[in-house]
Amino acid sequence: MSGSAAGPARAVPSSEGSGAPGGRLARAGRHRVALSLAALALFPLVAPYEALAVNILVLGLYALGFNLLFGYAGLLSFGHAAFLGAGAYGCGIAIVQYGLHPLAAIGLGTGLAVAVAAAMGYLAIRTRGIYFAMTTLALSMCVYYAFYRAERLTGGENGLRGINVPALGLPGVSLPLLDPTVKYYVVLVFVGAAIWLFSRILASPFGAVLEAIRENEGRAEACGYDVRRVKLVAFVISGAFCGLAGALQAIHLSIVPIETMHYATSGEAVMMALLGGTRTFFGPFVGAATFLLLQDGLATLTSHWQLLVGAIFIAFVLFLPLGLWGEVLARLRRLDAAPGGAP
Amino acid sequence: MTLASLPLTLVALQVVTGIALGAIYVLVGIGLSLIFGLMNIVNFAHGAFFMAGAYVGVFLYGYTGNFWVSLVVAPVAIGLLGLAVERVLIRPLYGRGPDDPLLLTFGLAYVVVESVRILFGLTGLPFSAPPPLRGAVDIGIGYFPLYRLFLIGFVGLVVLGLWLLIERTRFGLIIRAGARDPQIVQVLGIDIGRVWLAVFGLGCALAGLAGILAAPLQGVTPEMGVPVLAEAFVVTVVGGMGSLAGAVLAGLLVGIVVAMTSLIAPDLTKMAIFAVMALVLLVRPRGLLGRAGAFG
Repeated sequence: MSGSAAGPARAVPSSEGSGAPGGRLARAGRHRVALSLAALALFPLVAPYEALAVNILVLGLYALGFNLLFGYAGLLSFGHAAFLGAGAYGCGIAIVQYGLHPLAAIGLGTGLAVAVAAAMGYLAIRTRGIYFAMTTLALSMCVYYAFYRAERLTGGENGLRGINVPALGLPGVSLPLLDPTVKYYVVLVFVGAAIWLFSRILASPFGAVLEAIRENEGRAEACGYDVRRVKLVAFVISGAFCGLAGALQAIHLSIVPIETMHYATSGEAVMMALLGGTRTFFGPFVGAATFLLLQDGLATLTSHWQLLVGAIFIAFVLFLPLGLWGEVLARLRRLDAAPGGAP
Repeated sequence: MTLASLPLTLVALQVVTGIALGAIYVLVGIGLSLIFGLMNIVNFAHGAFFMAGAYVGVFLYGYTGNFWVSLVVAPVAIGLLGLAVERVLIRPLYGRGPDDPLLLTFGLAYVVVESVRILFGLTGLPFSAPPPLRGAVDIGIGYFPLYRLFLIGFVGLVVLGLWLLIERTRFGLIIRAGARDPQIVQVLGIDIGRVWLAVFGLGCALAGLAGILAAPLQGVTPEMGVPVLAEAFVVTVVGGMGSLAGAVLAGLLVGIVVAMTSLIAPDLTKMAIFAVMALVLLVRPRGLLGRAGAFG
């Protein structure tokens, strides 16, 4: 699907390693997948407790999927909770109602998210710029009400309960998911594969076209790209990543609360991506860790932690628009360039 | 059940109910549209301001027992809040992309909602129409709640006033010019920053007014702004952004569709709103009256 849309893009140079061309940072950037995986593999050593670490992994993937649209294509969506929720409900329903194998359920959940994303994207890409945020928000609320009403399948207001996956049975082995460390690394296998795929998509001509659309939509269109189609494909791919995150979350939490689909959850993707840095590869994971650690820490202090989260978010928009990880990278880049370090 | 099998008077009454409901959508939609049309800012705190307006009004009513005081003070208070927000938080973002004010107001909505929870508690306050506006009157096709009639009339007057302001005053002329080309307006010696300030405050005041007007219909809760925000977006997308007439048309249309769906298929009421939007996006993506010139 993406191949034909991105076909003529072969001539566009990849934007990999922008900054100092031969700098250490650019060289490190070439190994972004390996570095990301290494960081995530070591993360449980510093995380306060493992359930939180799994949350960060899953919501980091959710923010990553969201950031494909916002950070790379420049499309601000406020409806990504629909994909997280579709993935979670799809996976959960497959396990609870039909007793499918967890792997099949994860596949089904992701598939449902893709279907929802295709339907929502088909309508939403008709609007441009700032309308896009409003349209995606409204459409995701529609999906929310639909799942809310389909009580027989989804459990309605009470959420979908009883997604018990004590162990992941594979040919030859059975991985006990009740052991939190095993669970973390099983989830990391999925998230790692997604990170690798994400990097491949960005490095492909299709990724270059996405960035071209972000920088100048009119010019990309004038160059002969079918902008609407590229946007729709990006929307669906983004939805697939978020759907996978949702499916993993359903297995992790063994419940799908209806709030998973709510507008506030869409907002969390925006917050996490922005806290971490939308123009960076690893930023969404940094953002998810920041958001969840902040929430975890503030919630022990006050039940009104949302006030502080909102205020911190406002401060980021005003004073730190690059996000935490984006700011770190920008400083490193300056250090890298300053002493004439490039050979 | 189909529409045809229902008695005509019931359908007609439900249309009037829809218009009353639509009146709220119209006010919320106009406020959002006004700010967007002039400043290219989508105010994600609009729902929160709506909720805050309802709280201010209901709280005051508890002290004064006079609904008219609430009806005046609530929009003024939220308008002042809007002025402060524009001045302190949004002004530094001019010159950045349109996403930044949107994100900022999104964070602001959290702060406003949580502040209301701290001040007024997690559970809502009950509120019903003040005594002189209670009861029902015969409007020829049956009895209709007096408060909803009042709502339709009052919003009609507000819309008329806004139309006069935008079409018939010097200030309105500046707004219309500023929506088309802020730089030229600046060159002509008008401080466009002050116009933006005023319009942002006005848009927020309208949200606050809609909030206190909606309070007798549903009571007030800290979360009441969330669905309103989504519905206001539907109204602006359906009507066409920056179009005053579009917001009125779309608001009434959405209100009537909601009222009709709740008569025929109550389960689908919430989704009907979004079905209208999906249909408009398919057939006419720029909205019913979009691009007829801002505020056309």
